[in-house]
Amino acid sequence: MLSPVILIPAILNGLLIGAIYALVALGLTLIYGVLHIINFAHGALLSAALFAAFFAFRLLGLDPYVAVFLLAPIFFALGYVLQRFLIGPASHGDDRNMLLVTLGIAVIIENALLYAFRADTRTIDVPYAFQTIDIGSTFLAVPRVVGFVAAFAVALALWLMMTFTDTGRAIRAVAKEKLGAELAGIDVAHIYAVTFGLGSACVAIAACLLIPTYYVNPSVGDAFVLIAFTIVVLGGMGSVPGALIGALLIGVVESLSGLFLGESLGQIGIFLIFIVVLLVRPSGLFGARA
Amino acid sequence: MSKHKISFSRRQFLATTALGAAAAATGSVAMPTVLRAQGAPVKLGVLHPVTGALSYSGQQGRLGATMAIEEINAVGGIKELGKIDAVLGDAQSTPEGGTAEVEKMNSAGVACIVGGYASNICLATTQAAARYELPYVVDVGVADGIVTRGLKNTFRFGPGFGVISKTALANLTTINDQAGKPAKTVMIVHEDSLFGSGLAKLLNAQLPQQGFEILETIPHPTPTRDFNNVVLKIKAQNPDIVIPANYYNEYVLLARTMQQQQVKPKGIYSVLGGAASSYKFVKEFPDAARYIMDCNHWFDPRNEKAQALKKKVEGKDQFFTYEVYMNYSCVYLIADALQRAGSADRAKLTAALASSTFSGHLMPYGPTKFINGQNEGAAPVNTQVLDNDIKVVLPSAFANAKPLFPRPA
Amino acid sequence: MKALIPTVVVLAVLAGVPLVVHSNVTLNFLVVALMIALAGQGWNILGGYGGQYSFGHAAFFGTGAYVTAILQVRYGINAWVGFAGSIAAGAALGAVLGALTFRSGLRGSYFALVTLAFAEVLRIIASVAPITGAGVGTLIKLDLGVRTLQFQSRAAFYWVILALVGISLVTAQLIERSRFGVWLIAVRENEDAAKALGVNANGVKLVAMVISAAITAAAGCFYAQYFLFVDSGIAYGTWISIQALLTPIIGGVGTVFGPLLGALVVKSLGEAAKLLAGDAPGLDLIIYGAVLVLVIWFAPRGLIGGLAHARKLLVRRAGPTASSTGEARHG
Repeated sequence: MLSPVILIPAILNGLLIGAIYALVALGLTLIYGVLHIINFAHGALLSAALFAAFFAFRLLGLDPYVAVFLLAPIFFALGYVLQRFLIGPASHGDDRNMLLVTLGIAVIIENALLYAFRADTRTIDVPYAFQTIDIGSTFLAVPRVVGFVAAFAVALALWLMMTFTDTGRAIRAVAKEKLGAELAGIDVAHIYAVTFGLGSACVAIAACLLIPTYYVNPSVGDAFVLIAFTIVVLGGMGSVPGALIGALLIGVVESLSGLFLGESLGQIGIFLIFIVVLLVRPSGLFGARA
Repeated sequence: MSKHKISFSRRQFLATTALGAAAAATGSVAMPTVLRAQGAPVKLGVLHPVTGALSYSGQQGRLGATMAIEEINAVGGIKELGKIDAVLGDAQSTPEGGTAEVEKMNSAGVACIVGGYASNICLATTQAAARYELPYVVDVGVADGIVTRGLKNTFRFGPGFGVISKTALANLTTINDQAGKPAKTVMIVHEDSLFGSGLAKLLNAQLPQQGFEILETIPHPTPTRDFNNVVLKIKAQNPDIVIPANYYNEYVLLARTMQQQQVKPKGIYSVLGGAASSYKFVKEFPDAARYIMDCNHWFDPRNEKAQALKKKVEGKDQFFTYEVYMNYSCVYLIADALQRAGSADRAKLTAALASSTFSGHLMPYGPTKFINGQNEGAAPVNTQVLDNDIKVVLPSAFANAKPLFPRPA
Repeated sequence: MKALIPTVVVLAVLAGVPLVVHSNVTLNFLVVALMIALAGQGWNILGGYGGQYSFGHAAFFGTGAYVTAILQVRYGINAWVGFAGSIAAGAALGAVLGALTFRSGLRGSYFALVTLAFAEVLRIIASVAPITGAGVGTLIKLDLGVRTLQFQSRAAFYWVILALVGISLVTAQLIERSRFGVWLIAVRENEDAAKALGVNANGVKLVAMVISAAITAAAGCFYAQYFLFVDSGIAYGTWISIQALLTPIIGGVGTVFGPLLGALVVKSLGEAAKLLAGDAPGLDLIIYGAVLVLVIWFAPRGLIGGLAHARKLLVRRAGPTASSTGEARHG
């Protein structure tokens, strides 16, 4: 099991799947970092985005890598509206209530998908789905490699936006000190909504990059939620680099522990790492010290 | 694709109380717990996990059961007893959900319940029904524990995994022998909950007895997001045969990943493989599906009623999956028992089921014979994906093709 | 002791229900609702009164369920002893988890997710460990009788779970009125200030966690006795973690009756949604989710908070009430 023939591909696989996790987690870390809530609806949004990508392919003939440019803005708008007109007002600004509201929304979205589209698993067949890059001892799936590059691109874009644009500064201000930001004239409700919108857009991007090698059904997003939360807290809430690095780390840990402990028991690696990191460094890898 | 499930209980209720089209249009809100008019039809509980993780299988199961009921009612129902009134229940993919539905069905006065689908749901629901001596026909649930608890009300139409693994192994040995014994080493990939683990345990005990060497047994959770590592291990150890036992989504992911990594063992021999004998899989991924063998529930291909049902189901734009025809068969079994019992009385129905020798089903089982609740003739069948179609390769009495093994290069 | 009167009254009324209601559908519904209420009350001690939101209470529920199942099935131990064992195991686990997490200073969302991680770790271990039966789960033999804590009549189960809920209500009541409760609430309101005032915050939280775990473990043990089958998804799945936190929040965190009220309301909502939606898969859950959102929107402090608010309006009392629900707390 320790031979490089197996180890190296396992590590590479871990990085590639970690990149997909990163895309899901990037959105969540913004939402988490700014809104300070655990967004239970994230997985359901991923399921919805996968359905959107599926129908974009089936009905509009759009390849997922093209559809992403259409779906990201749509999901940004969707997220904005959700936060601004539903989650925000319904939760009256209380963390705890936001949690329940997003839980309710998650139930609604997932079951609306079930009701509308039934539970059949759907897949798309794109020509490059089975293309691989041969690197000697193993084959790397092309869609996964594209996903890897995309994760970095999105992370970079987010980081640039957060650091250099007014909106990004406003988001950081609200995340750090809501009252002060409000007093300084920032429209907090708008910023909250923008953040949620960005998070949802990231989910849409993740979906488009995931769909070539995965499948679609109403509860498919659930499988990614726990991991996404883990990564967000591990990387430090609100930290874009933290989410990316944390995701890649988790991907590799998952892969290696799956290799050594078996796929079932190996899942434990993710959570053990998570627990250990938190016990030692409670604010996460890149989080600000409390 | 029909989005609006016809609510049988509501339709019949409205018809019998003569509220008519107006009420049907507005949609009645009250649950039909009101006492019925005299000469009430026979009520049959149809319980499946139509929401939650198992919703696809649950919906297919419900489809099969309701199609059978529709057909029976179309020719006037059961002799002397009248039409069947379906009381639909959603187990919500959990044992608690299933139990609550059993209670409701019992309250509604059902003569019998069919369904459950998943083993853990069936364990709870059969038990709950046993309290009321309410006969319960399990459609799929393969755990042996379902029929070994001494519950008089529980009948299982299909095979349990004890029989399944024995048959699978015997057939594997036959296929291997017929090909000149090219295969010696095996790797098992199974989902880690009740059916996968139970099956793997039995296979682990029995495979060595037939001269096979198990290189590794790999459990995986449902859902599993990525099979690359599993395939890496398969590639590294290069078994002659890979034996998957899991649900549809994971099976497809595994098969696609194997295709991607160009891992081509001498044979992929599934036991209760989630997609291995699925028309959907064959249609959507013909390359990954080619030559895959499965030992699974399957209908009797020579049975004309089965072929007719297949056409009907495909006409509704659905796939002809095992949940459909097993539930369909179960309902006909119950209808036959009701007719023989001459009444909807639970005790009489239980006795009729226990003494049943029913052949009007679609499965290659022969006439039913229940011993301690298990239909003795029930057995899985071996299929193989050949010519973009699923053919039965064993037992030869039902076969419509010969097994192709080892897999051509 | 006068304060215990409402509790006694509520229990007495509830105890009388099976004498009047004979429908097993209703009794089954109530049994499950009470079981959830018990798990929720456990959560409430730590989360409601202590302000430490756990997302992994399944860890205690599942341990309770498995311990009693394993003791009975593998070691032939009596169901009542198994019951005691479950509670002890739950409490012990609570102590361990509490010691680990509170000592590292984990709070708020971090604490919540660490508990979730622990529950997941347990779930994964349970799904592969031979002692739990791994994927196959553990099936308790059907053997009706008081000795095996299995009853023919649903009413008997009902009274058992009601008794357990009663104990949890009294526990919450006693905590509310004790010095320990004062400390616990102080920690919830402002941990640093409490520490500055000399409260042993970690010690208090730890005790709360142990009590919380024991109560939820009892609920798990009851599940095993009622359904006779436990597997890793049932025992440690997120479904029970969510129910355990949903019901107190809906009913009113940090109140004695919050979890009970919340459980009854939430489960009733599920049933009502089913009636409205008929047989279309998923529609009833859409309604359920929508009503959940609406309840939060219009009764943000939970139902008891909402009732208190309504009462305040009716009686027109001046001055703030000592409401135990407050504004957002960041951790």
